[in-house]
Amino acid sequence: MNGRWQQLVPSLFGLALLGLWEALVRGLGIAPFILPAPSAIGVALIRDWAELLDAMLFTLRITLLAFGIASVLGLGFAIAFSRNALLKAALYPYAIILQVTPIVSIAPLIIIWVGIDNIETALLILATIVAFFPILSNAVLGFSSVDPNLKDLMRLYGASGTSIFWKLELPAASPQILAGMKIAGGLSLIGAVVAEFVAGSGGATGLAWRIIEAGNRLQIPSMFAALVLLSVLGIALFSILSLIEWLVLHNWHESKLSRE
Amino acid sequence: MTDPLLTIDGLTKSFGSGAPSLGPLTLSIAKGSFTAILGPSGCGKSTLLRIIAGLSPASTGAVRFMGSRPPDMGFVFQEATLMPWRRVADNVGLGLEMKGPVDQALVRQALDRVGLGSFAQHYPRQLSGGMRMRVSIARALAGQPDLLLMDEPFAALDEITRGDLNDDLLGVWQLAPFTAIFVTHSVFESVFLANRIVILSNRPGQIIDDITVDAPYPRGEDWRLSAEYAAIARHVSAALRAGHGIKAMPSRSVSP
Repeated sequence: MNGRWQQLVPSLFGLALLGLWEALVRGLGIAPFILPAPSAIGVALIRDWAELLDAMLFTLRITLLAFGIASVLGLGFAIAFSRNALLKAALYPYAIILQVTPIVSIAPLIIIWVGIDNIETALLILATIVAFFPILSNAVLGFSSVDPNLKDLMRLYGASGTSIFWKLELPAASPQILAGMKIAGGLSLIGAVVAEFVAGSGGATGLAWRIIEAGNRLQIPSMFAALVLLSVLGIALFSILSLIEWLVLHNWHESKLSRE
Repeated sequence: MTDPLLTIDGLTKSFGSGAPSLGPLTLSIAKGSFTAILGPSGCGKSTLLRIIAGLSPASTGAVRFMGSRPPDMGFVFQEATLMPWRRVADNVGLGLEMKGPVDQALVRQALDRVGLGSFAQHYPRQLSGGMRMRVSIARALAGQPDLLLMDEPFAALDEITRGDLNDDLLGVWQLAPFTAIFVTHSVFESVFLANRIVILSNRPGQIIDDITVDAPYPRGEDWRLSAEYAAIARHVSAALRAGHGIKAMPSRSVSP
């Protein structure tokens, strides 16, 4: 009985907040270029829908491509590291340096190197750099926590390296890999947006660019509309990755089990 | 006695460049026997099993298998060591999978032998510790091994479960008489199960006693309560205590 109501609580709270926001803006007569009412944002969202949709698809494309490339690279390097300690010792510190260097500070360099003409490629590289590390570090953790006894057992049974990878290492590391991917999903969106901000309006036409443009023209409702879509993208990405995680792990992993 | 399945000849193991942690050992294991290897912690019992299994190289000496091909081996660890993402039946079929399509009849038979026939579709997390250990034994049995190596398999279980599993293990062994090598630090477990008890000294583990337990199988509660059982347990216990004080002894070979 309580459960149902508790699930509704976040939505009800959000609605109440929107109502309060609308009432305050109207009651206090706040100018729309400072804080637009939710209704004004809704109007802007509908009015600019075609442009906003284009911008959203642009950002989505960069985000998904970056996420895909980061996943392949992160997993690939993690697998290589799990097989070759020397390689790991040589490269892992540099992966950490890449991670701790704020992306905003590298962005201008990448944009200059790749060229203003290839702004999409530059954004893709930047978003990939941001998303790469959580996948790498989590996958490295996952592969290094495989039960050595199970590995021995498979060797005893004459299993090949490929077979040990697919039947043991990958499934054993999957909880950590998926956790890394969940973080990387959000980060690739953040990377795409931050890179677009740094690039300015020189050819990038994503949601970040819409936000900059609308800000410059003091079209604050449009700015909010683009923000709303960014949030929606982020939430959708996170939900899909959580769903995948649940599908893979719900039968067996501790994190997905309810205690009786 | 019957032919040996394997002989161990002058075997030692050192880790790094340090003093040997095991051996020299010379030992011959008879086909179809149930040998318990008993010794204090750190004497290299587990290392010995790993060397026999081929999972770790010997520093000197060798393990030689008699017969035309190396025996099929099963290994049971101290923990159940199951794959939590696989159902019980798929865990049991792991070894068979490596050799080709899995014969589900062998999986079912192995599960029936450990009394878990109706749990094939469960996940390991749905089972108790003792049941997981049974799955682990079923996994080792499914491959119909010639040699079953067990490394303190019941050490983490409570006394009652441990007793049940000892009974079941003997039942399984009598049905399909493979050669069993059972590492333990429990005197009573070794006397109950084995027809031969090899006692190792403190590190570096060397053979300090080699006892034949003649009591016939099947063994049950009668055996646990018999005077002979108590006498052997006393003997083994004394030998084990003596082993604690002994650092190094001249190697001596023991014939089966």
